[in-house]
Amino acid sequence: MTQVSSIAEGQASTPLSSSKSVTLRIARYNPEHDSERKFMEFSIPYEKWTTVLEAILDVKKHFDHSVAVRYSCRQATCGSCGMIINGKPRLACFTKISELDSDVVTVEPMNNFPIIRDLAVRFERLFDAHHKIKPYLIRDDSEITSNEKEFLQSPEEVEQYIQFSNCIKCGLCNSACPTMATDSSFVGPQALAQAYRYVADSRDKGKDSRLKIIDESHGIWRCHFAGSCSQVCPKGVDPAMGIQFLRGYLLGFRS
Amino acid sequence: MVNKMRESIIMKIHYGTALAAVALVAVHILMRLTQNFAESLEYSSVIANYQFLPYAGMLEIILILLSIHGFNGLRVILLELKQGRAYEKAVSYGCVAAMVGLIAYGSRTIIMVNMGMV
Amino acid sequence: MKPIDENKEGIGGMINPRRYGIERVAYLFMRLSGLGLLAYFIGHIYETSSILRGEVGWNEFLEITQTNEGHALLAIVIAMCVFHTVNGIRVMLGEGGVGVGKPARPDYPYIPASQNAKHKIGIYSAIVLAAIATMYGLAVMYGE
Repeated sequence: MTQVSSIAEGQASTPLSSSKSVTLRIARYNPEHDSERKFMEFSIPYEKWTTVLEAILDVKKHFDHSVAVRYSCRQATCGSCGMIINGKPRLACFTKISELDSDVVTVEPMNNFPIIRDLAVRFERLFDAHHKIKPYLIRDDSEITSNEKEFLQSPEEVEQYIQFSNCIKCGLCNSACPTMATDSSFVGPQALAQAYRYVADSRDKGKDSRLKIIDESHGIWRCHFAGSCSQVCPKGVDPAMGIQFLRGYLLGFRS
Repeated sequence: MVNKMRESIIMKIHYGTALAAVALVAVHILMRLTQNFAESLEYSSVIANYQFLPYAGMLEIILILLSIHGFNGLRVILLELKQGRAYEKAVSYGCVAAMVGLIAYGSRTIIMVNMGMV
Repeated sequence: MKPIDENKEGIGGMINPRRYGIERVAYLFMRLSGLGLLAYFIGHIYETSSILRGEVGWNEFLEITQTNEGHALLAIVIAMCVFHTVNGIRVMLGEGGVGVGKPARPDYPYIPASQNAKHKIGIYSAIVLAAIATMYGLAVMYGE
């Protein structure tokens, strides 16, 4: 089903002087009563700075308020608006229509995540995998019970893990991963990168227990360094780097 | 036995067999280039190779290394395509069986020719 | 209760190399060459067992391989073997954390350090060496 609609003058959310418009194709699917995905098309005016999220919200405002989309901060901090934009997992708020260089922008829900409706997907698997790798500092003492006021770290020690702590759990890496495309049991690049975030933290003493958790047939060994996770990460976490460093511990390259 | 082996051990074997096979397969291929290529494939040349014990031993080792590496690679690909306890067990044991079968079949050739039973 | 559709991309997503750069292409070629080499290896073990049928059996096998189709197949095998080997060494080193860059505070435009020139050069070298080895192999096979 397609529906081509244009914003009437006077209702436009962008200045009427804009002469550029783009066709926004939105995937529509409600698992409760649809048997397959359909696309609806909308003609949206845009400026150089218009993001895909703004275009989708324009559609909700002027054409079809029932389009289901998850978003929050609009500034690539919360990780809510991950979706497939023109075939690649991206954050809708962080992707400008002008940078896509295309007259047609197709938005679909992220792959490898069950669909709730339209562009909104379930994150339980990502959260479960994240929880599995123990995403917290493991040590016997704590900053309350120890003699020291706080666990000190040098700037060099912080540099070892700070980039991996930038993860906003947007799930784009899991969507891009070729192993996640077919393997339902794979922990995923997000969880593995977070496992490394804690292993690399000098305050943590749980390296052995985390390595044991990921050393299984659907754990770290199903990563093949395709690097797609790092290609799509919007925060520079570079999960592929973290995963290979983590694997280095298991292979004996690091101790 | 297969299911009890830690995945890290299996993958270290996978990488180890790869590195060892690279060296030995290079020798195997270069042997074809020591003579004229067509001559090196003649029956008498090949029999002479098989009956030279170190070379036959090398072929046996290549057979074992590449069978392990190849079928473990296949196991990994098949495990990623579908999951489930019964399927994963079947894939693991099937690949081990295929590995053993191929090693047995190839060893039969090497041993029989080496012992002059042709 | 209806099982939840996981919306997995499936095998089409696994084998689609188009969206993510040369590293994803290398991943695909690695899988394809691995499967191809396994198939060739099984065939090679079977065909070379023809020596057990004496000189007649061996020469029958040689006749099959010394055709244009046989040479073409062997050329493809050479390409797969060299690519799989060279890229395999690159992947082994990368998977141990070698050449994947150093952790640092990320800054816009967030270029991933692990997808660096060293590994890209490794991949292109594997492709180029495979091409060179194939051409050499064809020269040897057709040179006589």
